[in-house]
Amino acid sequence: MKDSRIIMGMPVILEIIDDEIYQDIIDSVFDYFTYVDQKFSTYKEDSEISKINNKQISEDEYSEDMKTIFSLSEKTKKETDGFFDVMNNGICDPSGIVKGWAIHNAAEILRKKGIKNFYVEAGGDIEVEGYNKDGESWSVGIKNPFNENEIIKVIHLPSGMGIATSGTYIRGQHIYNPKLESKALTDNILSLTVIGPNIYEADRFATAAFAMGKEGINFIQRLEGFEAYMINSAGLATLTTNFEKYTK
Amino acid sequence: MKKIILSSVLIVAFVLYIFSDRLGIFHSSSVTNPVVPPDKTQNKNIAAYKDGEYTGDITDAYYGNVQVKAVIKDGKISDVQFLDYPKDRGTSLRLSLNAMPILKTEAIAAQNANVNIVSGATQTSEAFNRSLSSALLKARI
Repeated sequence: MKDSRIIMGMPVILEIIDDEIYQDIIDSVFDYFTYVDQKFSTYKEDSEISKINNKQISEDEYSEDMKTIFSLSEKTKKETDGFFDVMNNGICDPSGIVKGWAIHNAAEILRKKGIKNFYVEAGGDIEVEGYNKDGESWSVGIKNPFNENEIIKVIHLPSGMGIATSGTYIRGQHIYNPKLESKALTDNILSLTVIGPNIYEADRFATAAFAMGKEGINFIQRLEGFEAYMINSAGLATLTTNFEKYTK
Repeated sequence: MKKIILSSVLIVAFVLYIFSDRLGIFHSSSVTNPVVPPDKTQNKNIAAYKDGEYTGDITDAYYGNVQVKAVIKDGKISDVQFLDYPKDRGTSLRLSLNAMPILKTEAIAAQNANVNIVSGATQTSEAFNRSLSSALLKARI
């Protein structure tokens, strides 16, 4: 079965290959994303994060999940030399870490229910388990940052792992400004895809490494258990040393 | 259903915006005010909007803010302008780059393969959609 809903302002897709699938298991996954959205959405006035930003609740009233996200955000900030920061002008917006964390937790819900072959995707970030309907590793296409309808790489993602892409098209507007020198053109990064041990890990480091610009690929290169594919505005890709083991 | 249709229209508008912008840049030196062709954004299921200019909310694209202004003419979106978009961070990278291997590079090329799933950047387009949606809410009749 394959089902999708719009939650957190993006499509959340769930595909399960197992023969025995129960509707309540599928519902529990989507319900979990709705719960996360209601707690962490800065677009909802009554969410816990909005109440924290509006100073309506004090630190000792924070929920366990909120404490977890704050602690993971702090850890990520330290590990990325400050390139990952949920604080922006005094407002806390942890969406950069919540998405990957929520996808990973949703995958954990399915694993605990005994589901063996599935993937969970939210807005282009993915965690897989087991195999696809052909009994092969799940295949993931990396989207062409120059053409939304094309893929430019095929990844065969081993069971349990995650893949996340950070990037922007809007920067392109700036990048292609003809007044800039050509060197500036090739220094601009459009897209950075990170493969990691799960989607929580892949997503947080993809977000941070993308903020580092062209040095982002070197940051991922130094991380054990992670690989990355970085595309610049000249259409050139840079690969970490062992990236190609996932493309064969 | 209406939401899904609206989202699809917004996504199409965004893709068109990217294309119109990119083509514009390749063929001329003008980079100002990307125009979403109004004939392509028309949809019978969408209610008409009041003419005028509507500024959307500032939305967070994780590494910066996105804010757009929608211009409505004859009840249709005639232009979407960026008032704010993510810019490079001023912080310098202090990480050590010692003993880094030279990494392989390649030119990207379209693949003709069927895949189960697609991974792509969404942050900015989400922020774009949210800001545009809030602008269009204000324009609703």
